[in-house]
Amino acid sequence: MIKGVMLALLMAVLTVVFLVIGTLSPVPAAVYYAGGKNLLRASSTPQAAVDNLAVDLKQRAWENAYNSLANKAEFTEPQFVQDMTGNTLSLRTFADLENYEVRPLHASADDAEMTLKLRWSTVVGPFETSRDLHVVRNGDHWAVDWPLVKIPSVPPQVIPVNYLRWDVIYRGPGDEWGAQDVQSPRIRIVDMHPVSRAEGVVVMGELLNEDIVPAYVTVSATLLRKDGSAIAREGSFDMIAHTLLPKQVTPFSIVFPNADISEVGAIHMDPQSVLVSASADPVVEIQNQKFDPGPGASLSGQLSNQSGQTVNIAHVLTTFYDKNGQLVWVAGQYVDRALLPQTPVDFTVPVPQDLAKQVSTERTIVSNYSSGNSL
Amino acid sequence: MIAKKAGRLLGIALALAPLAGAQNSNMTVPATIEAGSAFSIPTTGSGQGVLYIVGPAQALRRDVQLGVAVQFAAGDLYNAGHYVALLVEGSSTDTAQFDVTPKSQPDTLSFFAEPSRVPVGLHNGISGTVYAFDTYHNLITSPLSVSFQLAGISGTPLARTVTTRDGVAWTAIDSASKQGSAKFIVQANGITTTRVIAEVPGDPCGLTISAHPDGQNLTVETAPIHDCSGNPIPDGTVVTFTESYNGMQSTVDVPVKQDVARVDMPAHPGATISVASGVVAGNEIRWGGGR
Repeated sequence: MIKGVMLALLMAVLTVVFLVIGTLSPVPAAVYYAGGKNLLRASSTPQAAVDNLAVDLKQRAWENAYNSLANKAEFTEPQFVQDMTGNTLSLRTFADLENYEVRPLHASADDAEMTLKLRWSTVVGPFETSRDLHVVRNGDHWAVDWPLVKIPSVPPQVIPVNYLRWDVIYRGPGDEWGAQDVQSPRIRIVDMHPVSRAEGVVVMGELLNEDIVPAYVTVSATLLRKDGSAIAREGSFDMIAHTLLPKQVTPFSIVFPNADISEVGAIHMDPQSVLVSASADPVVEIQNQKFDPGPGASLSGQLSNQSGQTVNIAHVLTTFYDKNGQLVWVAGQYVDRALLPQTPVDFTVPVPQDLAKQVSTERTIVSNYSSGNSL
Repeated sequence: MIAKKAGRLLGIALALAPLAGAQNSNMTVPATIEAGSAFSIPTTGSGQGVLYIVGPAQALRRDVQLGVAVQFAAGDLYNAGHYVALLVEGSSTDTAQFDVTPKSQPDTLSFFAEPSRVPVGLHNGISGTVYAFDTYHNLITSPLSVSFQLAGISGTPLARTVTTRDGVAWTAIDSASKQGSAKFIVQANGITTTRVIAEVPGDPCGLTISAHPDGQNLTVETAPIHDCSGNPIPDGTVVTFTESYNGMQSTVDVPVKQDVARVDMPAHPGATISVASGVVAGNEIRWGGGR
């Protein structure tokens, strides 16, 4: 009883002490998030100017960020905001700046070149963007020349679309017993390859919609021991294009964290398909794909939306093959910007460096989502 | 719930049957009764009793005056199966067994046709299975002649006649060589049920492309795409175009529209352009800058 009272008194005293310390000597970040400005240092150096800009971006304090720029007369604040968030719904719209990194490239008494790497977090995972900044001295402080990426606007026009879509009438409650439902689309795994990686076992492959109707597809796999017992079961989640048009092929990748391939005796693949309503548009062309074997191996290129409909979120999925046509790796990358009609957008798909030397060819598809269209 | 109760009563009845069999019978039960038909069970003796009719999915109870026939109207007993009749009079029970058989005339044909989509020209590619039921949804187990007919958009309909065995008849039929919706019809004693089978084209055959310049771009298009039987490939089928140039490549998945897949690609002199659909590869062309 006495011990309990002592403990309560001790905690009360400690709380008061911490409150006093926090009030008299607050952490700068806490002050900033509470509305203060102390996190921002005086822009007395190029590094400080870029740091301050990054902090404003992190806080989505667009007005402060815009006002701090040296070249703000060259564009308006809405244009600056559009540069950061996109002018239409995309992954950027709701992305939060998680952290940033500033790398000085060159500096003189009056100007400096710096690289600002911004790491954003989104609902589909993080992505990174990079801007090379020119920082100029303006009296006793430094300010950033923001390299605005102007998003081209598509001129008003009518793009004729021979709109093709499939609708499905499913079996209804009034149908007699024996009136079978529409059959699920026929799909087939045309390639499958397991590899052992540091993160575990990765089962990759390609899936073909053999039917004449669109399919919503998923692939699951079960690792089996040599005695036939199950080790683990996982699905491809988003590492697959779920909506497949007739004769379309999608890569898939299934990760089994912490699994050891030496324990695997067999792999049971379980592809599933459901007949769904779907649209054949939009068509996205993947242009100028170039594989860079490294260091920092990656496949880069541009996505060009050939339809009149904006693609809000695009997911690039690439299958890499060796010189014998054998599957080496499947990789994917979301594109943070929306695909406006006929406006190319860059993409880069990273490839593990140790596999890069095996890559000879690749095949890329784009899985896309447009707002107002659930297909 | 009713079936569960009936099952429980049937169990009790069957347990009592050997015991009751030793007594003198006070009722006369027909050996078989057609489902849903009217019938009567004459009784002998005097006094009051209770008659139970217990089957696999139905149970009836009647208070009876012994010595008077118990009447059952049409539709009272309609579930086919093996039944037990128990006449309870005080502490004695009289038991008899009989069968309720399905009606001989089918009322509905439950027809399972598989698959709903089948490639053209597939041997025994379409299967049909039919179950014949009477008015009361009893499976008609007596032999019944059933005709199957597959009528496509062209050609002579394919027909088969099969006799049901234990209530089931099935057949397998080749799919037609021409695409289209075929009607798969089953008929027995004037009852007809129809299913629609989509006979669909196979994989593309002889996939070829050509290209012509269009400003800074090349318009690449396929010749009208058909399968190996000459059926046009359905709209929406994806055709993949790949252009390789200067160590780079561009790819695009294009759906077929009106038998042709068409796309605009950047015109790179010396580029090679290839085409594929699913696992079928087409020809490859080399763009020479003006050809």
